Amino acid sequence: MITFDHVTKMYSSNVGLDDVSVKIDKGEFVFLVGPSGAGKSTFIKLMLKDIDVDSGEIYVGDYHVNKLSNRLIPQYRRKVGTVFQDFKLLPKKTAYENIAFAMEVLHKPAKQIRKQVPQILSLVGIADKADKYPSELAGGEQQRVAIARAIVNNPHVLIADEPTGNLDPATAWGIMDLLNQINLRGTTVLMVTHAKDIVNNMDKRIIAIDKGRVIHDSKEAYEGPMEEEDLVKGGGYE
Amino acid sequence: MMGSLFYNIKQAFVQLFRNRGMSAASIFSILAMLLILGLVFIIIVNINLFGEIAKQDYDQVEVFIEEGSSMSDINDVMDKIRRRDGVVDVRYRTEDEALEIMKDRWGENGYMLDSLEENPFPASIVITVDSLDNAAEIAGYAGTFPIIEDVKYYQETVEKLTKITDFLQTACLIVMAFLVIISVIVVSNTIKLTVMARADEIHIMRYVGANNWFIRGPFLVEGILIGLIASILASLAVTFVYKEIVDIIGDQVFAIVSSPLISVRYMATNLSIIFLALGCSIGAWGSIVSMRRFLKA
Ligand SMILES: Nc1ncnc2c1ncn2[C@@H]1O[C@H](COP(=O)(O)OP(=O)(O)O)[C@@H](O)[C@H]1O
Ligand SMILES: [Mg+2]
Repeated sequence: MITFDHVTKMYSSNVGLDDVSVKIDKGEFVFLVGPSGAGKSTFIKLMLKDIDVDSGEIYVGDYHVNKLSNRLIPQYRRKVGTVFQDFKLLPKKTAYENIAFAMEVLHKPAKQIRKQVPQILSLVGIADKADKYPSELAGGEQQRVAIARAIVNNPHVLIADEPTGNLDPATAWGIMDLLNQINLRGTTVLMVTHAKDIVNNMDKRIIAIDKGRVIHDSKEAYEGPMEEEDLVKGGGYE
Repeated sequence: MMGSLFYNIKQAFVQLFRNRGMSAASIFSILAMLLILGLVFIIIVNINLFGEIAKQDYDQVEVFIEEGSSMSDINDVMDKIRRRDGVVDVRYRTEDEALEIMKDRWGENGYMLDSLEENPFPASIVITVDSLDNAAEIAGYAGTFPIIEDVKYYQETVEKLTKITDFLQTACLIVMAFLVIISVIVVSNTIKLTVMARADEIHIMRYVGANNWFIRGPFLVEGILIGLIASILASLAVTFVYKEIVDIIGDQVFAIVSSPLISVRYMATNLSIIFLALGCSIGAWGSIVSMRRFLKA
């Protein structure tokens, strides 16, 4: 499903990723962990083709990502749902409209939008909040809207960059349940996080990177470097 | 498809209104450009018409006879002219004939002469010469008779006119290119502001896989709308002003250069088409320029 083959990315003098090879199968749930500056966001930006590799190959589904022409990027991104720490909802649209927007962008018929948005809202557990604006929603609820938006177009992969970073632990566990549920429906999930307790209590594959290199890749609990202060650092997106 | 067109137009109006200060600035900048352009166009077209009318007289010299001259004096002059070298034909033209000829020549503008209260054309002798080179010499000779009030021949005028029209056309093109570039810069800056205000939205659109044309859509429509508004205003303003010009000085112009001004209707139609095409292109171009940076994949 997702293959990184000897991928290296340098930012002038900073190391982004250093010769990383990773293979993630369809339907897997994978945590990507590591201290700040390790290269987690770089990994995700490369996957989204926000930035380009220096060397190595990246494949996601049927797409040879690092060779993707600009024209095909939109089509590719439709197959990859993304969720961020700061939700990235449109503040002037309601929960319903934020989700519908992702479908409008793909020119989905209005009828299908009217049918699917309520379904997905109840799937993520906020059917009663459809007409609320992001500012009227709690953090966990906003993240549920963002997740709904990310999966409404049935992506192959859901990428979540610190989705619980801004949430209190109880709310965070609720989001983890939801992501797990989405994974059980067949979507591959790749989640970047700092939260040690989450990572070590879910019995999922854990890939740890540090200074741009993979230092741990198994279901075993990970005890290496990772930030304690996990509520502050952002995903590094504009 | 219709849905997204509607979405774009709605978005464009909303953005235009939210940014009304800069939108107005853009509209006025295009408007100013179109007005200058319109002025140049009016001058060029009228000079061209004058040139065309004048050219019909290429091989003729027309000498105008003082009012009240006797027919025998006139015949005497005509005989003398007829004997000159290079003269092909000499004919007497009455005042009424002169008016009819003018009407013919002006074609669709001929109706303008009907509104004249009295026939302003004097009687004349029309000399056809075998070559333009002789026109000056024969004109000079004809001018020596006391009953001749004025001599008119067009060779030099037409040559000068051709030069002037060519020059003006070139100048007009340069001025136009310059104005178009300035307008594009102004418009692209306006739209850049709205693009920046919506950078988050654009980012999100890109993450959910919107293609560039979907993202551009509303901004493109916004640019075109700015151009459209400016060109409508420019068309109205120029039509109004030109109508006033024709009403106020049309008769004088005709009296001075024996050529009518182009009809208001012709001018309005053509200028509106030019304004619309140019205004909308500038708007669209400006918006595409402003978005380039944001849409690099
Ligand atoms: N745009 C950039 N320019 C220069 N250096 C960068 C840039 N983005 C990230 N880096 C550097 O690359 C390394 C990895 O960054 P990042 O992938 O954001 O780490 P993480 O998300 O794990 O905190 C860090 O040293 C960071 O400073
Ligand atoms: Mg990061």
